[in-house]
Amino acid sequence: MSASDAETKAPTPTLPRKGGGSGAATDGDDWISPVLKDNRAGTAEEPSPLAGEGRVGDLRSRGATATGYNFAYLDEQTKRMIRRAILKAIAIPGYQVPFASREMPMPYGWGTGGVQVTAAVIGPDDVLKVIDQGSDDTTNAVSIRKFFAKTAGVATTTKTAEASIIQTRHRIPETPLTEGQVLVFQVPIPEPLRYLEPRETETRRLHALADYGLMHVKLYEDIARHGHIATTYDYPVEVAGRYVMNPSPTPKFDNPKMHRSPALQLFGAGREKRIYAVPPHTDVVSLDFEDHPFEVQRFDKPCALCGANNVYLDEVVLDDRGGRMFVCSDSDFCTSRREAGHRGEMAADPAGAGRP
Amino acid sequence: MNDAPLLTARGLSKHYGPRIGCEAVSFDLYEGEVLAVVGESGSGKSTLLKLLATETPPTAGSVHYRMRDGAVRDLFALTEAERRFLLRTDWGFVRQDAREGLRMSVSAGGNVGERLMAVGERHYGRIRGTAIDWLGRVEIDGDRIDDLPRDFSGGMRQRLQIARNLVTHPRLVFMDEPTSGLDVSVQARLLDLLRGLVAELGLAVIIVTHDLAVARLLSHRIMVMRHGRVIETGLTDQVLDDPSEAYTQLLVSSVLAA
Repeated sequence: MSASDAETKAPTPTLPRKGGGSGAATDGDDWISPVLKDNRAGTAEEPSPLAGEGRVGDLRSRGATATGYNFAYLDEQTKRMIRRAILKAIAIPGYQVPFASREMPMPYGWGTGGVQVTAAVIGPDDVLKVIDQGSDDTTNAVSIRKFFAKTAGVATTTKTAEASIIQTRHRIPETPLTEGQVLVFQVPIPEPLRYLEPRETETRRLHALADYGLMHVKLYEDIARHGHIATTYDYPVEVAGRYVMNPSPTPKFDNPKMHRSPALQLFGAGREKRIYAVPPHTDVVSLDFEDHPFEVQRFDKPCALCGANNVYLDEVVLDDRGGRMFVCSDSDFCTSRREAGHRGEMAADPAGAGRP
Repeated sequence: MNDAPLLTARGLSKHYGPRIGCEAVSFDLYEGEVLAVVGESGSGKSTLLKLLATETPPTAGSVHYRMRDGAVRDLFALTEAERRFLLRTDWGFVRQDAREGLRMSVSAGGNVGERLMAVGERHYGRIRGTAIDWLGRVEIDGDRIDDLPRDFSGGMRQRLQIARNLVTHPRLVFMDEPTSGLDVSVQARLLDLLRGLVAELGLAVIIVTHDLAVARLLSHRIMVMRHGRVIETGLTDQVLDDPSEAYTQLLVSSVLAA
């Protein structure tokens, strides 16, 4: 799904227009009454003025409106505001667009920005996947998935390939993304210059003038102190040869996946009230020095469960005697590999029924 | 060397509401020339420096600068991007308080290398080599390269600031009371160092100071300011040895002989 699709598709359920009416929503009563009527009527006998619009019917049958929430929680005006910010962000890759971030029913730091972006682009036909540190089954991921299942009635999945929207905290799935998919990042600190330049007025000016010498000062300090670039996550990237951007705290392992990705990548920072984007097939280059080129993390061993190489691994402590294992951080990737018969050195159960 | 002036100020005025910051200052500065601006506190020295360095817009008047490509440009008509580029390549600004001129949480090497990285140097080894070279030229041990400026003494910070500014080989350096706040022996070493660098690199310098000894030691020409106006100007030795204005006479006679 592209953003322009979202722009036209998502409002339909609750901004219905009578007949073949075109243009923007008309006077208050005109557009709000059918919705109110729907809510009151429940299983109305009278022919709905929306009878022709199959999608709205689908939505009602899935029970989204029965929860009392507007579709995907946010009201339509808020979603429109966020969509405008997203469109601007897509038009200027890597540029942080301010938006009027709303209070969400979750604490800051839990993905309020990502949730708002997802709410603005999601449509009733979308299939949502939510990951937290690569995993589909942690609190954050489960809660957000349930949130949209309840407020938008959309289908959810844990399979990367089946999802049309993937909201993520700190990973990009190992399975390559494809055209039409949207990856929504939850971003805590959108400003790459933040810890180098405390003044917001100044950082904006630095972005405006593409004055990014400071970013390299940070990398220089890394090498001077540690002998190599020690930044391992939230590694700054230059987008489309212009703006320097924080890719949210994904491990730098994932940076190369952003480069010319066929999927649309959206970034939402709720507390900081910023949205930015990387459109499909856009250059995303990690900053580095000629004599200290950018490198991703390497792992000595393959995944202990599925035997995958060249994937990002999590360390799992097994006991208090130093026992540990390294497994795929992407739980869906690991599971599907095990289902396909791949076995790592510690995968004891042939059924592959989850992690030990 | 080019015979045309490097910097030309004409009728430069800055008013803060009804108060006068500085009034109708005009002068030419040539390549390799050191101009001292002296006067008591509140005489408009620092306002003048801020105007010249385009940190604040003038109420009236103009400043023209001859760029490296030879084109003479009106400084206040430059775009922000051009102005910044000028500031970090062709100009330097050594501040009275080193904390304003340095990044205190970035190592000495990072401080010196920042300008290089800002103009596109992307080779760590070369940046570091240049930084070590410049630290040596301002008499800071190479093994202090990874230390933070906050661990440096006042004199070292001031020298680090100079290295940080000179690393891109600027043609014009502004100095705002670079030696005040340092004890006299450190002042003497710093002045000695500055004099050497200025002569070696052929820098044009505009130095603001209330210390006539600093002016005499460093500068070729001097401008005496009072109440925002330039009241006397001329060769440094001439003005200091044979001041014509009453105020300058007072200023010169106020200096205690050691």
